[in-house]
Amino acid sequence: MSRPRQGGRRAGYGVYLIPGVLASLAVIVVPLVMTVGISFTRWPGIGTPDWVGLDNYTRLLHDVNFWASFGHILLLIVAMAVVPTLLGLVLAAVLFDYLAKVFGARWASVFRSGFYLPQVLPVAVTGIVWGWILHPSYGALNRILETIGLSSLTRNWLGDPDYALYSVMAIMIWVQLGYPIVMFMSGLQRIDPELYEAADLDGAGWWQRFRRITVYLIRPEFYVVLVTTTIAALKIFGPIFVLTRGGPSNATLVPSYFAYKNFFEKAQVGYGSAISTVLTVFIVVLAFVFLRLQTRDQEPHR
Amino acid sequence: MTAARRYPARFIVLAVLLVLLLLVVAPLLVVALNAVKSPADYAGNGPLSIPESLHLSGIVDFWNRVDFGRKLLNSFVTSAAVAVLAVVLSVLNAYALGIGRVRGRVWFLVFFLVANLLPQEVLVYPLYYLSKGLHLYDSLFSIVIIFTVIQSAFGTYLLSSVYAEFPTELLDAAEVDGAGRWRTLWRVVVPVSRPTLAVLFTFFFIWTWNEFFLPLVFLISNANQTVPVALGVLQGDRQMDATTTSASALIGILPAMLFFLIFQRTLTRGVTAGAIK
Repeated sequence: MSRPRQGGRRAGYGVYLIPGVLASLAVIVVPLVMTVGISFTRWPGIGTPDWVGLDNYTRLLHDVNFWASFGHILLLIVAMAVVPTLLGLVLAAVLFDYLAKVFGARWASVFRSGFYLPQVLPVAVTGIVWGWILHPSYGALNRILETIGLSSLTRNWLGDPDYALYSVMAIMIWVQLGYPIVMFMSGLQRIDPELYEAADLDGAGWWQRFRRITVYLIRPEFYVVLVTTTIAALKIFGPIFVLTRGGPSNATLVPSYFAYKNFFEKAQVGYGSAISTVLTVFIVVLAFVFLRLQTRDQEPHR
Repeated sequence: MTAARRYPARFIVLAVLLVLLLLVVAPLLVVALNAVKSPADYAGNGPLSIPESLHLSGIVDFWNRVDFGRKLLNSFVTSAAVAVLAVVLSVLNAYALGIGRVRGRVWFLVFFLVANLLPQEVLVYPLYYLSKGLHLYDSLFSIVIIFTVIQSAFGTYLLSSVYAEFPTELLDAAEVDGAGRWRTLWRVVVPVSRPTLAVLFTFFFIWTWNEFFLPLVFLISNANQTVPVALGVLQGDRQMDATTTSASALIGILPAMLFFLIFQRTLTRGVTAGAIK
């Protein structure tokens, strides 16, 4: 990685790092260390924290809500990372390799922008849009179902513990789909068109070209998308806060909202810190595993 | 593979794509349709009918009730300040790491990468506690400082890899002309990398505009709330009816759409810049 330049250039640049390092110390390092420290204490947020060692962590292990919140995250990873990545891969390939060639690049970019639209909305606004559409009494979806004679399908989409998490999953697929499409399409622009032409001459069908060329060559983007969306799923807070506040009866509880509740509603700052520390460890480990897989995958081809 | 076999297939593909696109855009269209309806119209004709008449009082009432102009201004000031400051901070960091290649640069990069990955929950309580101690709680200033640092972590990471490829001849030429590091930075490095900086500015602006968690915790007084916080908190208010809710949603959608249209070209270029490394 470190390709050495001619000596001498290096001197005198260190001073440019000072503002960034100081600011990061104040806003990131110190708070991070404090949270880890507080996670070993019992502390309501005022007074002196009581050192309790690993108590918060053993309590976590026996807390059904903690396990449930991580279980929900697994389903949200499916909705926010797996489905959008796979669907986005197919859609990006269709837009780039079929629609753009048959109907023109303009059509492809119109579709790309359309699919990307939900990505530009603030999560709070997404929450309001869907909270209204799925509202049991005045929401648009139930009204539409009634009008077309499907009253039996109407539900309290976000208020019924059996359906709330699936409703959130559907909304998150809607939100996330545009991101992989845009990333993959920009990756596809790198590909030499001659590769496709050569494959065409060899008699390869669309599916073969998709598998052998498209999927193979946009692996860098594939990893980036999968990592960032998985981490976004682990961190999810805004949609849960606005749509369900973790309810009904904790059916959509997620770790970040669970930590938030302990910090600001239950005044159990030590316990909340333990939850967010565990979440952080998960995210950092996951990121390193992905990074490893990615570099290992790329090495033999260099 | 004759033309006759391909001809209908292409329209089937197009039709499938159009249906998918409609599914994605429909919720926003339904919102727009009902935001301009009267409550009686909605109750009588349902969510899919064309509005009987243009009924803007839902939007106006909502705007006045939450003092939306104020929230827009708060969001705009915060996002613009963060975008400018975070770009400057990213440039300074990346100048040292990408061009200066200071000792331990790989570790610095790992540090900035991890800082960008951290969930905000792990920082929030100490930040809340510290900002109260410094009398910065419930001020836009605190949000600007925090997001400048968080966003610049990503900016540093991206810009360092761009600056690592910076043409050496330009730096050498500046040196021959007798320019010091500071002058070289502002006269050579910044102008040459302006397209990437514009991309970073756009990202930072939109990301900060859309942030919800930390502003929710930090901006508690009505006068300081940003657009997402004002809308997100109001969602708990069960007094609202269908048309007021869609009016509030539309008010939240419009600025985001506006930025999307303004920044679209920068953004698509930016995604490419981000995807390279």
